[in-house]
Amino acid sequence: MESLAAFFDMGGYGVYIWPGYALTAVVMVGMLVASIRFLSSNEARLEALQAENGEPSDEA
Amino acid sequence: MIQKFANPARFIRLSQALLPWMAGLTLAFAAVGLYLGLVVAPADYQQGESVRIMYIHVPAAWMALFCYTAMAIAAAVGLIWKHPLADLAAKSTAPIGAAFTFLALFTGAMWGKPMWGTWWVWDARLTSMLVLFFLYLGYIALVNAFDNPARGIKASSILVLVGFVNVPIIKFSVEWWNTLHQPASVLKIGGPSIHPSMLWPLLLMALAFTTYYLWVLLLRLRGEIIANKIRVLRLRRVHGQA
Repeated sequence: MESLAAFFDMGGYGVYIWPGYALTAVVMVGMLVASIRFLSSNEARLEALQAENGEPSDEA
Repeated sequence: MIQKFANPARFIRLSQALLPWMAGLTLAFAAVGLYLGLVVAPADYQQGESVRIMYIHVPAAWMALFCYTAMAIAAAVGLIWKHPLADLAAKSTAPIGAAFTFLALFTGAMWGKPMWGTWWVWDARLTSMLVLFFLYLGYIALVNAFDNPARGIKASSILVLVGFVNVPIIKFSVEWWNTLHQPASVLKIGGPSIHPSMLWPLLLMALAFTTYYLWVLLLRLRGEIIANKIRVLRLRRVHGQA
């Protein structure tokens, strides 16, 4: 337990290191999720449009 | 060769095949890089444990410049050869590059406070990096500012190319001016002056950030291609041809 506490303390620099890593993770995961949503919402809209037009749907 | 990859349908098939690889490589590089950087690598003899911020700060800053360079090349190809995929690649890269630039600035502040005693200083490296962040934001605002997407792409491509002058300024700012920011330790003449125990996690994190960029780029680019197709279908319907 003590070594784990030392790991998170990072010689006193933990207060700077962990927020840096945490925000990096949040921003990168957030960008990934937003991009996946952007793609899937566009895919759904295209399919709906093609269905309305009576066109065969394709993957692009 | 270019024509072969210019075909959007072929690109979509290629991206389907590449996506799982990019996802897997990103997770694998990040897992090993984080373990080596946070657990195995030693503390710096001058900076102590605070040096561990380097393993995200430096890759984020490299990617900020890499994405901008990729955008400038894509914008030039789009302007000269009217290449639709190149235009969309530039547009898809902008938010990813902006995110990396923001992270480089934020993690830099988190490193600057304990080492320099300040979150921020108007030093040449930091200021030119902030200008890069505003160039990204300017591009994103401009590319979406027109009703006609082609005009937005053209205007913003010119902005990216003019703003490219900032990239060598950032790279050489630590040599041209007396900066608080330290000069390069890896990408320099004579090879890296950094111990392998620190170089390895740094390179693995840089690889993870690179494959992450390609992963998100493929997703966004496919989204943009489909958005274009939706626009064409809607226009056709307005003109009563559907």
